[in-house]
Amino acid sequence: MGVTPHLPSPAAAALPPAFSAWFAGRGWHVRAHQLDLLASARAGRSALLVAPTGAGKTLAGFLPSLVELAEAPDRAGLHTLYISPLKALAVDIARNLEAPVTEMGLPVKVETRTGDTPAHKRARQIERPPHILLTTPEQLALLIAHREAEAFFSGLRRVVLDELHALVTSKRGDLLSLGLMRLFALAPQVTTVGLSATVREPEVLARYLVPQRAGLPSPDIITVKEGARPQIGILESRLAPPLAGHTALHAMDEIYRAIRDHRLSLVFVNTRMQAEFVFQELWRMNDDGLAIALHHGSLDAGQRRRVEAAMAEGRLKAVVCTSTLDLGIDWGDVDLVINVGAPKGASRLMQRIGRANHRLDEPSKAFLVPANRFEVLECRAALDAVAEAAQDTPDARTGALDVLAQHVLGRACAGPFDADAFYEEVRGAAPYAGLPRRDFDDVVAFVATGGYALRSYERFARIVKGKDGLWRVTTPRVAQQYRLNVGTIVEEPMLRVRLARPRRAGGMTVVRGGRVLGEVEEYFAEGLTPGDTFVFAGEVLRFEGIYENEVITSRTAAGTDPKVPSYAGGKFPLSSFLASRVRAMIASPGDWHRLPKPVANWLMAQKMKSRLPRPGELLVETFPRGGRHYLVAYPFEGRLAHQTLGMLLTRRLERARLKPLGFVANDYGLAAWGIADIGLAVTQGRLSLAELFAPDMLGDDLEDWLAESALMKRTFRHCAIIAGMIERRFPGQEKTGRQVTMSTDLVYDVLRRHEPDHVLLRAARADAATGLLDVRRLGDMLVRVAGRIVHAPLDHLSPLSVAVMLEIGREMVYGEAAEHMLAEAEAAMMEEAMQ
Amino acid sequence: MNAMGGEAGTAGAAQVLRLGRLDLVADPAGALFVADEGLLVVADLHLEKASSFAGRGVFLPPYDTRATLAAVARLVARYAPRAVVALGDSFHDAGAHGRLDTRDSEALAALQRGRDWLWVTGNHDPQVPRAAGGESAAELRLADVVLRHEPADDGTAEIVGHMHPAAKVRLTGRSVRRRCFAAGARRIVMPALGALTGGLNLRDAAFRPLFPEGVTAHVLGQRLYAIGWPLLLPD
Repeated sequence: MGVTPHLPSPAAAALPPAFSAWFAGRGWHVRAHQLDLLASARAGRSALLVAPTGAGKTLAGFLPSLVELAEAPDRAGLHTLYISPLKALAVDIARNLEAPVTEMGLPVKVETRTGDTPAHKRARQIERPPHILLTTPEQLALLIAHREAEAFFSGLRRVVLDELHALVTSKRGDLLSLGLMRLFALAPQVTTVGLSATVREPEVLARYLVPQRAGLPSPDIITVKEGARPQIGILESRLAPPLAGHTALHAMDEIYRAIRDHRLSLVFVNTRMQAEFVFQELWRMNDDGLAIALHHGSLDAGQRRRVEAAMAEGRLKAVVCTSTLDLGIDWGDVDLVINVGAPKGASRLMQRIGRANHRLDEPSKAFLVPANRFEVLECRAALDAVAEAAQDTPDARTGALDVLAQHVLGRACAGPFDADAFYEEVRGAAPYAGLPRRDFDDVVAFVATGGYALRSYERFARIVKGKDGLWRVTTPRVAQQYRLNVGTIVEEPMLRVRLARPRRAGGMTVVRGGRVLGEVEEYFAEGLTPGDTFVFAGEVLRFEGIYENEVITSRTAAGTDPKVPSYAGGKFPLSSFLASRVRAMIASPGDWHRLPKPVANWLMAQKMKSRLPRPGELLVETFPRGGRHYLVAYPFEGRLAHQTLGMLLTRRLERARLKPLGFVANDYGLAAWGIADIGLAVTQGRLSLAELFAPDMLGDDLEDWLAESALMKRTFRHCAIIAGMIERRFPGQEKTGRQVTMSTDLVYDVLRRHEPDHVLLRAARADAATGLLDVRRLGDMLVRVAGRIVHAPLDHLSPLSVAVMLEIGREMVYGEAAEHMLAEAEAAMMEEAMQ
Repeated sequence: MNAMGGEAGTAGAAQVLRLGRLDLVADPAGALFVADEGLLVVADLHLEKASSFAGRGVFLPPYDTRATLAAVARLVARYAPRAVVALGDSFHDAGAHGRLDTRDSEALAALQRGRDWLWVTGNHDPQVPRAAGGESAAELRLADVVLRHEPADDGTAEIVGHMHPAAKVRLTGRSVRRRCFAAGARRIVMPALGALTGGLNLRDAAFRPLFPEGVTAHVLGQRLYAIGWPLLLPD
């Protein structure tokens, strides 16, 4: 890249007069980090800008491009590519760039390219590109797979990656990292700038911005100090938080009053169902007629846009929302953030608090509302972390092989490639820096003919290696398929919810089409029977049935109680960072005075009736109750890891002939139960807890269980779609999610039996390790507690265990116990027949 | 709640269904055995389905034929039938037999050795190549029951395939979807045996005219589970 090491000299960092005048005209001072970025860019270096919300990050990111374009008024072709995780953010930024461009009369053309951009405009953009193009990772993947990619990107100077901290934690980030390396190959002169919120290890994040090759300089890291400390506390409530549950009903009065006393509040919750519940409860007590709105990802897009507009115009008093509002956009004059439920991670909490008061020099104000007593501990831990500005951003990812498969096909669509050179390029991407050649070759073989040991698809190959040693696509249809399948977001199958008024006509119920309210997950709709009532889009709806892949609902009479079947605890598992803080808090009675009294009393009771685990210990309690024997453990490793642990523990208990019947898990612990006396087996030495929790359960036991696991099948389905084994849709034929699910399950079964080491199964297992099964975290925990498991044999349940036991009967599960359930269903039929 | 599965001691247990004057042993792997005749009936094998997709650039695992023939082999070993009837759609397309690899061809030949083999023709395989061995016919009559691929409406009791019935059952909030036999007073629709063959929900409108007097799903699993209409769910 021909880079000279730089020291920011005053001259390099100087702003051209037109820009200085513009800043001055707005009454702004150019900020130090904005000049630092300019200097970096002028020295031809990439940079990571780490700054809290409201620091003028975006302008800083574009400033070098605007300056450079102002100095070269006749320049044609694409100069700067901006990539954001959200389409809406790209559109928003385009609007914000208009001000400096028009007011300074800069010769700069700015355009967006998203899924909504019409075809004729896309074609024109390829022919005559704007100077600055704002887009998303998926659109970048499509652009670099374009046959004109080389010409289109050859003059590219700069790439701006917004919200980088959020992008890099997912497969989308993997895809983007590969796309970025392609850009470095097409335009070696390019420099990048990453814009990020505060993260734990900026050096690790910075690696993402440049090719990982020896001899290349690492990006500059420019850090903006945090602004005023946030004013943040736990919302005091008159009623004590319950032992379990996620509704926060006990604090609804106080939440309402806080909303009333502020200008505009954002009420963050962790799931859609919590959002609906909180919204419903707030309106129930809304005697002041406060303008309280609802915003979550399942709502109809039109309705969401209306809420966003109302917010920006200052017509709302509060918005109850899920993480759909977590990222990016400046929504208006928010002066209070209320986080209902535990934040699950300190960094997420900081992000959410950042929504309040978008000015760096004024403190944001926020309240946490723990929904149960464990969450009180978690909120306390999160507050301590925020006070120390400690961050728990996740570790850097290892690039997924299914994403790589998609990228390889895209690469081939753009033109012939040499495998050796391409392998080196791919390893330049930080997530793929450690990619073994064998994995790369397997992925290429997968893209070519499915990658099966039984090489029976050679003549159907999608890409082939020619005599010149270059790989090429075989037919134009391949590129067509690629375009349909691009992207890494695999949606849960969703069904549209329609409000209709069913009429009785001639003994038949006729459903008339009505307004679409939004979408729900298919599994949720499956759990409903006609006549059930549930809360959606802020109303209590009656479920009428599923017709032609739509959920048909009707309005209920005022005052109807909803029968919402499940309040899931949240999508995000407790971060390990917060978990260790919670464990430390429980182990330190000296600190309990900082907790609300009911919570401190609860822990005190636990100390008297059972025991408290010391730091590093795993407490396992056993006790009889209602004719069953229970084993409760408290690893504090998050719901996903506990689910997996529960599955594996019950298998082992079964082998020990202790006749386990089932288990439940939440973020903090798990309870397993059975017919035989588990506690007695331990005290008599027939069952060793050390062996029961031995890390080797992650070997054969895990493999056996995975074979049948619905979660594993779902994970495989995602990989198969991303990798392009299964098409998202066939041309002209939309498959419903359900049909796809069924066929991928069959594919999984066949593949597992006949080629267990296939690259897609390896990809699925790697996902399972960190995704839905959280195996890696479970493994870390098992190793950590080895030799430090303490057993408390009790006569009855302990105070701590109540919070876990209350989950029994609350959780929805997947079809693991299918045989058992079918037998029950059959028995239920028999009973009916015998009446 | 995560209940433990398993019905120990019932693995492989078959069940007897009656149709017309025939007693049929329904095997939980998805086949029927007519004990009096020593006749094993399997349906919708869809051999070489994966390679058929490969032609469109969709590379499903090329092991479906192997897996399906292995399932048939297990049934043959269990019942040692005098004759096997494959109830149509045995081959996924006209070229399927030609795409069998040597190993699969030999496995098929081994299954046919020493017993009669009848390919009932189906919509996917209206003509079965001679090279596939055995005989081929549009239908077969046993006592007062006709065995054919697609349901007909001629008043005779019949055993058919073609529809790939699957049942979805829910209890206490959990649901499971499995292949099943659909058994009514005059008709049994067999589950598909092909390894990559999906299922059509029994609640689908396509099944309604076939069972005017009601239907029971005999759901495949470690044994057969008889589930009545009220517990069956649509997709």
